Amino acid sequence: MKILVAVKRVIDYNVQVRVKEDNTGVVTENVKMSTNPPDDNAIEEAVKIKESGKATEVVAVSVGEEKAQETVRKALAVGADRGILIKADGILEPLAVSKLLQKIVEKEKPDLVFMGKQAIDDDCNQTGQMLSALLNWPQATFASKIEIKDKKLEVTREIDEGLETIEINIPAIVTCDLRLNEPRYASLPNIMKAKKKPIEQINASDLGVDTSPRIEQIKVEEPPKRKAGIKVKSVAELVQKLKNEAKVI
Amino acid sequence: MSVLLVAEHNNKELKPFTLNAVTAASQMDSDLHTVIIGNNCGDAAKKLSELPLVKKVIQVEAAHYENFVAENFAPVIVKLAENYSYVVCSANTFGKNLMPRIAASLDTSQVSDIIKVISADTFLRPIYAGNAFATVKSKDPKKCITIRPTSFDPCESSGGSAPIEKAEPSEEFNNTKFVKREEIKSDRPELGTARVVVSGGRGMQSGDNFKLITSVADKLNAAIGASRAAVDAGYISNDHQVGQTGKVVVPDLYIAIGISGAIQHLAGMKESKVIVAINKDGEAPIFSVADYGLEADLFEAVPQFIEELNKLNTIQK
Repeated sequence: MKILVAVKRVIDYNVQVRVKEDNTGVVTENVKMSTNPPDDNAIEEAVKIKESGKATEVVAVSVGEEKAQETVRKALAVGADRGILIKADGILEPLAVSKLLQKIVEKEKPDLVFMGKQAIDDDCNQTGQMLSALLNWPQATFASKIEIKDKKLEVTREIDEGLETIEINIPAIVTCDLRLNEPRYASLPNIMKAKKKPIEQINASDLGVDTSPRIEQIKVEEPPKRKAGIKVKSVAELVQKLKNEAKVI
Repeated sequence: MSVLLVAEHNNKELKPFTLNAVTAASQMDSDLHTVIIGNNCGDAAKKLSELPLVKKVIQVEAAHYENFVAENFAPVIVKLAENYSYVVCSANTFGKNLMPRIAASLDTSQVSDIIKVISADTFLRPIYAGNAFATVKSKDPKKCITIRPTSFDPCESSGGSAPIEKAEPSEEFNNTKFVKREEIKSDRPELGTARVVVSGGRGMQSGDNFKLITSVADKLNAAIGASRAAVDAGYISNDHQVGQTGKVVVPDLYIAIGISGAIQHLAGMKESKVIVAINKDGEAPIFSVADYGLEADLFEAVPQFIEELNKLNTIQK
């Protein structure tokens, strides 16, 4: 079995994001970039499945600028066998990314495609579902547990009401939740080894996909600020304020 | 050309956020139709027809719609979408799972999780966990939009009498089978719509200590929330998680207990009207959004808080 894992390079989750003064976007210069956190869970799960003997190859793919190669390289350092970078500049909407991934799926013919359930930059939560629509494959979104049963997967999904379990036939798409597993850190020897693993580079323009944005980003602004609050000295004062000042209890 | 809203329901009743989604959809175009897909969902369809803003209800029924599997829902909506300029639903796990599957089939670039309708094609949506707001204009002729339910008021729920039309179901998608759903039943208000939310974080130290949160919630008739750290640690189940990848809540009162206030948690609660933080670390980021902060050991402060609440003659419910 072959597993393709899509990974995205995003601003690190610990960075306090700042809006650019000209309102064209957020500041990315000299900002720490990392793998989108749930994409780390996706890679970890694929590598665990390979380690259990149920998969033979894990291929990591990213779409983006040249530097997205670092994200693919990190996936290689935690156990992916080889990488693919689809090079494309500018804003890529999930629809364009899923069309590019569809081309890679058609070429690589994986049995499973994993990715994070949501990217923490644009917060769209679309790519996995779109890819499964384009391929007409089953989708298991927000996965917190995956069990492989022959040519099927049993997936537990985190939904608003609690947990849902579905069974999907392979080939299938799974989008991973943060509680799926505990992603490992790359060890130094594995980071060195990853440097020798191959990364195939493909230009998005060579895949015959129109990636031009369909959504115009008119402006990006700071959200309205909350007015500064106060520190209360005691529980009694807190309750008094909530009762008589805020009038919420 | 008009709006098609996908209703969320449990075959008997409408999910409350359907009313918020109706409000949002009606701001895109007042010619608002809704589609309800399910199995024996006539009661819910009737409730939908009673919403005054709804001009028509399309009811699609089949056994394979019983459990809301997106692979079954998408084809029927894609077919109906021929007659509409917008397809809309809530940006909760139901809509997040479903809408991109519809959008990709329609070759539309979806606009996710909008918090405001600025004009017929322009919307406001939070990005980067709500640390920035993007104004975006959709250029697709057919628009697929998910709305953040807590950013729109629920619509009027009675007085309407829209016609209910039946539509043909699509074929079953055979590669996905629903197995089971484990819903945690509770007599408390729902987290997404509660007037008061009391949340616990890693500072609670154990699942057992969440009893303190429960006691406060009992007093205030509140829903119980949690930070991701508390859910990850197994103190409480995932349906309580508030944050960027959990639920977004905007109660009148949000009480954060033992929660440090990571960016990802703030994304889910910082629009609350009044925020209270109880934390022993005075430098915790939660205090930067709190209207009332109490720097104290929660294991002393929370029992006192309950005592003080007991002294009050009346508590709003």
